[in-house]
Amino acid sequence: MTMWHRMIPKLVLGIAAIALVAAAPAGAKVEGDTIIIGSAISFSGKYSTNGIHASNGYNLGVKRINEMGGVTVGGKQYKLEIKYYDDESTPLRTAQLFERLIKQDKIKFLLGPYSSATTKAAAKITEKYKIPMVEAEGASRSLFTQGYKYLFAVLSTSEQYLASSIALAAEIAKKNGRDPSDVKVAMAFENDPFSLDVRAGVIDDINKFNMKIVVDDKLPRDLSDMSATLIKVKALNPDLLLISGHSKGAATAARQIKELQIDVPLIAVTHCEAAKIVDKFGASTNDFLCPTQWAETLSYTGKYFGSAADFDKLFKAEYEGYKNVPYQAAQATAAVLVWKEAFERANSFDTEKLRDSLAETNMQTFYGNIKFDQTGKNIAKPMVLRQIQDGKFNVVAPTKWASHPVNWPRKAQ
Amino acid sequence: MANLELLFSIAPVLNIQLVLSGLFVGAIFALAAYGLALVWGVMNVKNLAQGELVIMGGYIAWWLSIDVPVWIGIPAMDFRLFWIDFLPISVPAVAFLEFMKPAIHPILGLPVAMVVMFGFGWVIFKLIICRVIDKDLFTSLLATFGLALVIQQLLNLAFGPEVQIAESGFAIRSFFGGMVTVADIKFICLVLAGILAVVVVTFMKYSRMGQAIRATAQDPRAARVMGIDTERVYAFTFSLNAAICGAAGALISMVWVIQPFYGMAHSIRAFVIVTAAGLGNLPGVIIAGLGLGVAEFYSGFILGAVLQQFTVVGLLVLVLGVRQIQQSRHRQPVR
Repeated sequence: MTMWHRMIPKLVLGIAAIALVAAAPAGAKVEGDTIIIGSAISFSGKYSTNGIHASNGYNLGVKRINEMGGVTVGGKQYKLEIKYYDDESTPLRTAQLFERLIKQDKIKFLLGPYSSATTKAAAKITEKYKIPMVEAEGASRSLFTQGYKYLFAVLSTSEQYLASSIALAAEIAKKNGRDPSDVKVAMAFENDPFSLDVRAGVIDDINKFNMKIVVDDKLPRDLSDMSATLIKVKALNPDLLLISGHSKGAATAARQIKELQIDVPLIAVTHCEAAKIVDKFGASTNDFLCPTQWAETLSYTGKYFGSAADFDKLFKAEYEGYKNVPYQAAQATAAVLVWKEAFERANSFDTEKLRDSLAETNMQTFYGNIKFDQTGKNIAKPMVLRQIQDGKFNVVAPTKWASHPVNWPRKAQ
Repeated sequence: MANLELLFSIAPVLNIQLVLSGLFVGAIFALAAYGLALVWGVMNVKNLAQGELVIMGGYIAWWLSIDVPVWIGIPAMDFRLFWIDFLPISVPAVAFLEFMKPAIHPILGLPVAMVVMFGFGWVIFKLIICRVIDKDLFTSLLATFGLALVIQQLLNLAFGPEVQIAESGFAIRSFFGGMVTVADIKFICLVLAGILAVVVVTFMKYSRMGQAIRATAQDPRAARVMGIDTERVYAFTFSLNAAICGAAGALISMVWVIQPFYGMAHSIRAFVIVTAAGLGNLPGVIIAGLGLGVAEFYSGFILGAVLQQFTVVGLLVLVLGVRQIQQSRHRQPVR
C-alpha cells in the first residue's frame, strides 16, 4: 500500500510530463513566420563524415533562401528552419526519429537522411503517414521500385553510376569506325546491393548496344585481392573495364591494375575520390574514369546560387576546412531549393497539395536540372564521368557537359 | 569452360602468373595462421582477434610511413606550436612534427610493428587471456571476440573508417612480354614470410624458451613440475603470436588495403589454414597456406571471383572429411 502511495505523485508527474511533451509542439510545422523542415541525419557513426557534409549543404540552402527573402506562401513571407536529429548511422534509429518528427514534433515537411539504407527506413515511415520527403543522399534503385508516392530524390540513382561509360565506349568505337556491338566489356562488381544496382544499370546499356561481356565477376565482400579477375582481363583484352566496390574496391583495383600492368583502353571505377587513389598511386591512375553526381566545373546554373562554380566558392567561404566541395553537400542544398519552389507552387501547407506540387518540379539549379518521374527519382540530371588527367579530375562525359576531351586509349603505366 | 580453354591452350603462360600470385597471397596468410597455430596448440585458446591483431600491425606500419602534418592537415609552414614561441628558436610546426615522427618506409616499419605488437600482446595477455586459458571453449571465444570488437572500434576512432594503404614504391617486373608481372614488394613479402617462418621454427626447436613452449604444449602440469614457469611461457607465446600478426599486417598494408573492420577475413583464413594443416604441425601450416593461396587463384580464374572463397572453405570440408575417414580406420573399440 505504502509503496503505491509513494509512487502516485511520481506517476502523476510522469503522465503530466508526457502530456506536456506531446502537447507543446502541436502545430510546429509552421511557427509564426517560420516553416520548420525536419530531418534525421548521421552526425555520428560510420556515415558521420558524409552526414555532416549533407547537413552543411542543407544549412547553406536554408541560409541562402532566407537571405533572398524566404518563401512566399499565401502572400506571406516565411523563413525556413531545419530541425535535426542524429540517427547515429543506423536505419532503425532513423525510422524512430522520423516517426518522432512526424508524430511528436508534428513536422509535415521532411528532408532525407544520409545513405540508401537509412533513406529506405525513413521512406517506410513517410509513406505510412503520407508526409512528403525530398531526399538527396539515397541512390539505391530499390528506393524507386516500391511504388512510393511521397519520396522525391534529387540525385541520380545507382544504376546510372557507370552507365554513361558504356555510351562513351560506344561513341569511341563509332569514331574509330567500329561497330559498338564489337566492344568487349569486362566487369568486376562487389557482391553488395549498391554495386549490384550499378551493375544492373550497366547491363541494360550493354544490351542496348549489343556489346559482349567477356568477364562478369562478382567479388565477395571480404575479398582482399582481385588479381584472379584482373589476370583474366589481361588474357581477354576487353575494350572497357568496369569496377565498383566502394573505397576498398577502388583502392585494391588501382593497386593491382598497376601491379599487373593491365592495359585496357578504357577503365571506369566508382569511389575513386573517396579512396583517394590519385594521392596514393599517382600517375598509374591516369585516365581512369570516375563517375560523380556533381562537379564544380560543370556549366549548370540556377537562380539561387548562380553557377556550380559560384556555389563552390560560397560553400568554401561559409565552411572552413573544405579543399573540395563534396557532391553530397551540393545535392543536399538542391533538395532545399526543391522544397522552396514546391511551397510557392502549391501556395499552401497542405501535404497532399505539396506532394503534387513536388511531383511537378521542373527546375534548373547549380546542381543540374531537376524533374521527377512517377517513382520520384530525378530524370533530368545525368551522372557525369570525370577522367583523371595528370592528377586532375576533368569532366569528359556526357559530351554536352564535358570540359575536356577524353584521353583514349589509356596507356598502362 | 571457356576459362579453362584460355588457361591451358590459348595462354598457358598465365598459369605462371596464377601460381605466383597464389604463392604471394598464401605466404602472408600462412604467417597469421602460424601465430594462431601456436596459440591454439600451446594454450588451447582460439583467438578470434587474430585478424584484428593483423590489421593493427598494418596500421602501425602505415602510420609510420605517412607524413603526419599532411595526414592531420596542418597547413604548410605558417603554423607554430604555441609553446615554441617562448623559446629563443622558432620552429615551424610541420618541420617539428616531421622531426618528431619522420616518415619511415613501411618495410622498416615491419620490425617496429613486431616490437610494438609484442608489447601489446603481453598487455592483452595479462589483462584478458591469462584469465580464460583454463576456462572452457566458449569463454575464450567470447573474450577474444570481444577483444576483436574493441580493437576494431579503437582503430576506427584513432584512424577513421577510410581505407588505407602503404606504398612501397618498389618496381614491378614483367616477363613473357608483359603477360606475367611480379611486383617486387610481393616477392619481398614472400621472402620475408619465409625468413620469419624459418626463424620461428629454429627458435622453437633450439632456444630454451622454444623448448619450454613445446614442453608446455605437450603437458602443462608436467612442465610445471619440471620447473617451467608456464604462466610466462603462455605470456610469451601470445606475445609472439601478436608480433607475427604485426609482421603479417605490415606486409598486408603494402600489398592490399587495411581498414579497421577488415580483420575478420584474416581471422577466418587463419582458422581455415590451421584446421586444414592440423594443430602442432607448423610446416603443415605453411604448405596449407601456400596451397590454399594457389587453389584460390585457380578457382577465382576458372569459376569466377564469387566462388573464390567458397573453394577455400570447400577444400577445408574435404580435408576434414578425408581425415575423418582415415582416422576411423585406426580407431579400435575398447574391449
